[in-house]
Amino acid sequence: MNIIQTEKLVFSYDPESEGEPILKSLDIGIASGSFVAVLGHNGSGKSTFAKHLNGILLPTGGKVWIDGMDSADEEKLLDIRRTVGMVFQNPDNQIVANVVEDDVAFGPENMGVPSEEIRRRVDEALKDVGMYEYRTHAPHLLSGGQKQRVAIAGIVAMRPRCIVLDEPTAMLDPAGRREVLDTVHRLNRELGITVVLITHHMDECIGADRLIVMSDGEIIADGTPKEVFPRVELMRHNGLDVPATVGLLYALKKRGCDVPLDALTVEECAEALYQYFKGDRKA
Amino acid sequence: MTPLIETKKLTHVYSAGTPFEHVAVEDVDFSASRGEFIGIIGHTGSGKSTFVQHLNGLLKPTSGSVLVEGEEIFSSPGRIRQVRSKVGLVFQYPEYQLFEETVRADIAYGPKNMKLDKEEIERRVLEAADFVGLEPELLDKSPFDLSGGQKRRAAIAGVIAMRPDVLILDEPTAGLDPRGREEIIYNIRRYHAAVNGTVIYITHSMEDIARFATRLVVFSKGHIALDGPPAQVFRHVEELERIGLTVPSVAKVMSILKQRGLPVEDGVYTVDRAVEVLLGLKGGVAGA
Repeated sequence: MNIIQTEKLVFSYDPESEGEPILKSLDIGIASGSFVAVLGHNGSGKSTFAKHLNGILLPTGGKVWIDGMDSADEEKLLDIRRTVGMVFQNPDNQIVANVVEDDVAFGPENMGVPSEEIRRRVDEALKDVGMYEYRTHAPHLLSGGQKQRVAIAGIVAMRPRCIVLDEPTAMLDPAGRREVLDTVHRLNRELGITVVLITHHMDECIGADRLIVMSDGEIIADGTPKEVFPRVELMRHNGLDVPATVGLLYALKKRGCDVPLDALTVEECAEALYQYFKGDRKA
Repeated sequence: MTPLIETKKLTHVYSAGTPFEHVAVEDVDFSASRGEFIGIIGHTGSGKSTFVQHLNGLLKPTSGSVLVEGEEIFSSPGRIRQVRSKVGLVFQYPEYQLFEETVRADIAYGPKNMKLDKEEIERRVLEAADFVGLEPELLDKSPFDLSGGQKRRAAIAGVIAMRPDVLILDEPTAGLDPRGREEIIYNIRRYHAAVNGTVIYITHSMEDIARFATRLVVFSKGHIALDGPPAQVFRHVEELERIGLTVPSVAKVMSILKQRGLPVEDGVYTVDRAVEVLLGLKGGVAGA
């Protein structure tokens, strides 16, 4: 079943103007429990798309259905926000309290969850993101990756069925990026939370079930990462790139080597190259 | 030859004498010459940002010294003012620091403080805008009407307009997509070539820096852990990973191939070089 379904979704900040809309009739279904990465250059419409998934923006044409609810139905807005949680780029803008566990409790408190239940949810959410030992720390003294995991815990504590993350690693260093990605994958795998990850880091898409590539408000590719990344010219033509592993395989292929283009991880790529070149080992 | 910029036993301690005392940088000896394009890498908290803020005197060393063209930067108040235009520092997300009414006035702010005459200031503004690829018609707009990428370029132009010999940039491509990153990098390399200065480029992106730095300096725990040409630094795959940094995927792939017995050389980290090395195994001809 699709937890999110868009139907000819059109969005324009100024619908009266003649200009091109930012989103041009998108039909996207996101299967419940899946991990979907959405890749696109700056200005491709990917963040605008993300903001439609929990009613921050409403379509100027078409519909967005969230767990069967129409995002334009004001009476459903609270239920929609409970179903789909959002995590943004800058962790500093998302943290509201002076103590980690208070920050995580903020969402469930606003939802009117009883206090013992809040206690239980906060502890569980902090364990889910690996930040339980830091529950009494001050958020501003944490690293970027830790802050972002606290922000994710704040969403998890509201028990959403889907989390949308809009470039959650853009401001983090490689270790912080790794922490956040591992956390999101674990939430998807172990708790079955649907994940929509908006990014322009090619490497972050490798582990997704599905990769949607956007350009100028339209979908230009949609499939598993192994299906999409071998389309190197399409990606580069649209201001994107492919993981360096695919870039290497592609360059070799152009020079006549019969290597696969869908060996995305470092290990797969090394294995493919080893198989191709091992016969040429000099004695 | 005197280095353009150097530090001697540079140490910086934050909140000295309090329970929060923290040694951010310790005994760092560093020097850079004209023509070098230096990538500084290190995880958050490694001391790299603290380090570069000493290079134009934004921070004062707790001990040790910073010299520009052989002279101590804090030797006199006049000296430090001179150093601020010789050593330009572009912060992370510099577009948040645009404040003037027009892009032109914003770029002119640095040269004005250098007490240059009006015509020279205008010349510098146009030159700097050209270096970062901002069209002249944008100069009379408010900085707040520019796109994110244009704002970033305007902010970099504000530093370039002082024509610094040493240009330091802290994550100048953070938050930009691949095309935006390429444009900024291209502009910085053009400036570097034109003034034959030194660029010091702080980044988390090994893949980017691997392609154009002449030298990499890796910070860890307030010290320089590795320093040398990229090919040499990327030989230390395990050490880099241990200090929390990622090595370019190509370097990792090549290191696995070597471990598995293919006769490939050490320190290959770019796609282009890897292609040559691998085709070399086939005698340079695929399918042979």
